[in-house]
Amino acid sequence: MGSDAVFGEMVKNMTSRFRFAVLIVALFAAAPTSAQVDLTGTWQRAAQNDNGAANEPVDLLGMPFNADGRTKALSYDIASLSATERQCQTYPPIYAIVGPFPLQFVMEPDPVTQKLLAWKILGWGDRAETMIWMDGRPHPPSVAPHSHGGFTTGTWEGDTLTTVTTHAKLGDIKRHRGFSSDRATLTMRFNRHGDLLTATGVLEDPVYLAEPYVLTEVYRLTANTNNFPLTACEPIEELPRLHENPAFVPHYRPGKHPAMNEMTEHYNIPLEAVLGGPETMYPEYRKKLKDKYVPPLCRGPNCGGPPAPPAAGRGATPQ
Amino acid sequence: MRRALLIAPVLAVLVLLDVPVEAQRGNQPSPPAPRAGAPIDLTGYWVSIVTADWRWRMVTPAKGDYQGVQLNAEGRKVANAWDPAKDEAAGEQCKSYGAPALMMVPGRIHITWQDDTTLKVDTDAGIQTRLLRFGTQTADEPRSWQGVSRAQWLNPRPNVPLQLRPANRTADAPSVRPTGGSLQVVTRNLRAGYLRKNGVPYSENAVLTEHWDLYKRPNGEEWLTITTQIEDPQFLSNVRLVAPVFKKEPNGSKWDPTPCSARW
Repeated sequence: MGSDAVFGEMVKNMTSRFRFAVLIVALFAAAPTSAQVDLTGTWQRAAQNDNGAANEPVDLLGMPFNADGRTKALSYDIASLSATERQCQTYPPIYAIVGPFPLQFVMEPDPVTQKLLAWKILGWGDRAETMIWMDGRPHPPSVAPHSHGGFTTGTWEGDTLTTVTTHAKLGDIKRHRGFSSDRATLTMRFNRHGDLLTATGVLEDPVYLAEPYVLTEVYRLTANTNNFPLTACEPIEELPRLHENPAFVPHYRPGKHPAMNEMTEHYNIPLEAVLGGPETMYPEYRKKLKDKYVPPLCRGPNCGGPPAPPAAGRGATPQ
Repeated sequence: MRRALLIAPVLAVLVLLDVPVEAQRGNQPSPPAPRAGAPIDLTGYWVSIVTADWRWRMVTPAKGDYQGVQLNAEGRKVANAWDPAKDEAAGEQCKSYGAPALMMVPGRIHITWQDDTTLKVDTDAGIQTRLLRFGTQTADEPRSWQGVSRAQWLNPRPNVPLQLRPANRTADAPSVRPTGGSLQVVTRNLRAGYLRKNGVPYSENAVLTEHWDLYKRPNGEEWLTITTQIEDPQFLSNVRLVAPVFKKEPNGSKWDPTPCSARW
């Protein structure tokens, strides 16, 4: 019996109600798949912004920290990552926007219904995977254990995927330039436009932020699936001085961060702006700067012109 | 014969699904005007939130500092020749307020409907106006800082495909909501200008494509993300992608019209 004959037999034996159901299923299954909401695949970071790129260790420009958040940021010494107990701590969920690597979305179907149980954003070497539960399960109670990846749920709002993440541990939100606490909530929106995916992240933290910290990133769908895979972390002795004195905790005392003035020295940006705060996010803050700021000579590695001549000595401009 | 009668309706539905929606409308009433049929409401006052690229947006960066913009050799040459005094002398203080740069300029925008088919976007920074026109009509217009913008609503799918529908496990879980939508805007016919205040150039042949997405939060806040693509092979070695963010304000009490400046 050929497939055509089998199909005919199947249809013949259907009840009228079942035939109607088949028709409805066929209608939806054959709907043109514009793929606007299918996030499956590897999304290469494509936006040209400085979300995770900063040259100077103290750069809190536009970050809405409160006093505690600023203090926490300025006490941080990157050498603390070499402490044995911190070597395997990974970045928090917002690092999906801030970090340098692609997003890899994988669909997790329900084993019985094959419907969407969860989206999974695969982890990197230093960011835990994000499981986005789509099945309506609630978030755990606030006292439940926290993890570096947190607990995330998602919903469709039209063609947009909205996710909410709680229960993440304290983590670094801008490449060693500030932290979110374990009470933070991250809401993300994923909007797909053709082969572009825009993520808008809204981070709220009653401990370290005075206002929501909002960041965006744009990704482009790519067939190149090379990524930075999540691998087992193995602590090793990195800085002997940390082991010679186990009581030593790398940190900077208040007001003693050695790089506090680098942004001012390099770009003439006043220190009050460099230290961030919610007011630095808003346009009117420019008025505060107008009389204090003079554009510097470009001295960094990204200057297109020849370097400025030295003031005196060999190579100086003849007087 | 009986089998054919049973299969025919299924095949007919499948065939119809491949026919463009417009062709299936027949004598159905024409769609509402863009204003009446807007899937999202963008009108109101919005303030830009500068959490990214602060050093190049909130202050005028150094001449030759174009970190983060993928310029080709010709673009770098133009950027390195930036001379604000020359721009002022030529009456071109608004070169960094053209459409490809305007939404990244710190400031407030005010969005209103000029008529049923035109969204008007006013900015207080530089006192500029963008007109986002729906429809396909074309007009001969001289090149301008804001160019000619064609707008189109992108409505959400009526239903999420079956395989992407959530496997709800709770009885009271919300159903799939066909809400939202997006505004797509394509802008051409531009005058050459600057992507940044310090003379990082785009050419008059640049094409700007934007997607405006709204996010209404349960706490009442509204956020607007504008995914922005700038294609300009003359000066850019790659498509420039940025996504500025705005937060809605209750009124225009902080509206602060400020003329264009070539230096600040």
